[in-house]
Amino acid sequence: MSLDLPSGLPLTQHAPDASFLGLLLRHNLQPSWDLGPGMAEKLQAPEATTILALRYAEGVVMVGDRRATEGHTIAHRRMQKVYPADGFSAVAIAGTAGLAMEMVKLFQTELEHYEKLEGTRLSLEGKANHLARMVRQQLPMVFQGLVVVPLFCGYDEEESAGRLYTYDVVGGRYEEDDYAASGSGGREAKAYLRSVYRDDLGEEEALTQGIAAIAAAAEQDTATGGPDIRRHIYSTAVLVNRDGYREVDEGRVAELSQSLVGDSE
Amino acid sequence: MTLPYYVPPEQLMKDRAEFAQKGIAKGRSIIAVEYADGVLMLAENSSRALNKIGEIYDRMAFAGVGKYNEFEALRVAGIRHADLKGYSYGRSDVAAKSLANAYSQTLAAVFTESVKPYEIEILIVEVGDDAADTSLFRVRYDGTLVDEEGFCAIGGQEDELTENMKQRYQPGMETGAALRFAAEAFEAVEDRQIGSNEWEAAVLDRTNGRRMFRRLTVEEITAARS
Repeated sequence: MSLDLPSGLPLTQHAPDASFLGLLLRHNLQPSWDLGPGMAEKLQAPEATTILALRYAEGVVMVGDRRATEGHTIAHRRMQKVYPADGFSAVAIAGTAGLAMEMVKLFQTELEHYEKLEGTRLSLEGKANHLARMVRQQLPMVFQGLVVVPLFCGYDEEESAGRLYTYDVVGGRYEEDDYAASGSGGREAKAYLRSVYRDDLGEEEALTQGIAAIAAAAEQDTATGGPDIRRHIYSTAVLVNRDGYREVDEGRVAELSQSLVGDSE
Repeated sequence: MTLPYYVPPEQLMKDRAEFAQKGIAKGRSIIAVEYADGVLMLAENSSRALNKIGEIYDRMAFAGVGKYNEFEALRVAGIRHADLKGYSYGRSDVAAKSLANAYSQTLAAVFTESVKPYEIEILIVEVGDDAADTSLFRVRYDGTLVDEEGFCAIGGQEDELTENMKQRYQPGMETGAALRFAAEAFEAVEDRQIGSNEWEAAVLDRTNGRRMFRRLTVEEITAARS
C-alpha cells in the first residue's frame, strides 16, 4: 500500500491542509446518515441526557449523568457523555447518542491531527469554532429530529483562564461566563446552579455543586440518572485548568454523591 | 526525429542512488536509542521551528534526515495514514510495521518512477508494552526497509556513529543516561562540544500515558548533560 502524498500546491486546495475532515472527504469516509423525510420518526435512537459545566476560579468543571433513554425506557445506564477533546479541553454531549459520539470522535481526531501536523495546538477559540462548524453540518439531521447539542470548555493558554461555550442546534456558538447545562434535565440543573453559583468558587466546591446539580436534575427529570448506589454508577466529572484535562477519580465522585444522598435523608 | 540515448538500467539506478546518497551524506545525522521506558531520539538541529523528529501516533514517532521538504511531506502523509486508520478501525490497529511498509513502497516508487529520487532517509519508531515489542524501522531513499535493534543512526556520519554506539550500548538505561549516550556519540564523531540549544530531542516513553511522544526542553537537556 502506498501513501497518499500531499501533492501539488497545498495553498490551492479548498480545505485547510491540516483538516482531518477534509482528508475523510477526499477518501469518501466522512460520517453520513442518509434519511428521507419523516423517516426518523420511526427511528428510536437512544438519547443522551443531562450535562453541565461551570467555571470556577482556576478553570472549568464539567459533569454528565450516565443515562441514555429510548422514548420512556432506559437504553443504557453507563453511557459516557463527558470526553477529553484534547489535553486542555473537554466536550460533553446531549441529544441523539450515536450521532453525538461520532461527532466527539471526529472532533478529538481533528484536534490531534491538527496538533501533530502543525506542531502546535489550535487556540481555544479555534477549537470552539470548529465544533460549531461540526454542529452546523448536522443541520439536515435536525429536521429529522436527530439533534446534537454539545457543551465545550477548556483552558485558554493565551488568556490563562478557563472558558466555557454552549451551542444551539444550528451551530450558534455562545460563550458563557458562569455556568451552562444542556439535555433533558438541563433546566433543572441550571435552576439548581443559579441558586448556588458564585464566581469565586474553589475547585472542590465547584465539583461538589456540579455533582449536586445532576442529582437535583434527576429528582425531577426521569431521563436523568442520579447516583445509583446499588449498581455503583455515578456521574462522570472532569476538570480543566492550568494543568490540563483531568478526569475526577470515580471513587471521589462516588464519595461526593453518597454524601449528597446522606444529606437529603 | 531524434532517438533518445540508450542508458542501461544498471547505470540509471546507479546514478540515481549516487545522487540520493550524496544529498543524504551532506546533512546531519539522527540517533534513536532504546532505554528502560522507551526510545529517545536525538538530532543536531539549531532550529526550534523546523523539526526533524515528530509525533505520528500514540506509540509512534518519525525522524527524517536529508531534504526538509521531502521528509516533511512523508511525515504529513504518515500522520494522515495513521489517523485515518485509527479513526476507521481502532487506535491499537495503527502499527509501525504497516506504516513502514507503506513508506517503503512509496519511496521505492519515487526512486524508480520520478525524475529525481528523494534525498532522504527516515526512521519509524514504535514503543510496545515492553522492550521486546519496540521497533526501529529505517527506510532508505530507494525503499529499502531495515529493522534495527537497540540503537540506530541515520544520515550524515551514520557509520561512524553506529560504530561508536556499538562499543558503548547497554540495554535498560535511564532517560538521562540515554541522552548522554547519544550526545557523546555525536561529540566523539564530530570531535567538538555541542551546546544544549543545538539539540532537538524527543522521547516515546511508556510512562507518558496514551500519547507517548514528548519533546525534551533545552532545560531538560542541560540538566541531563550536567
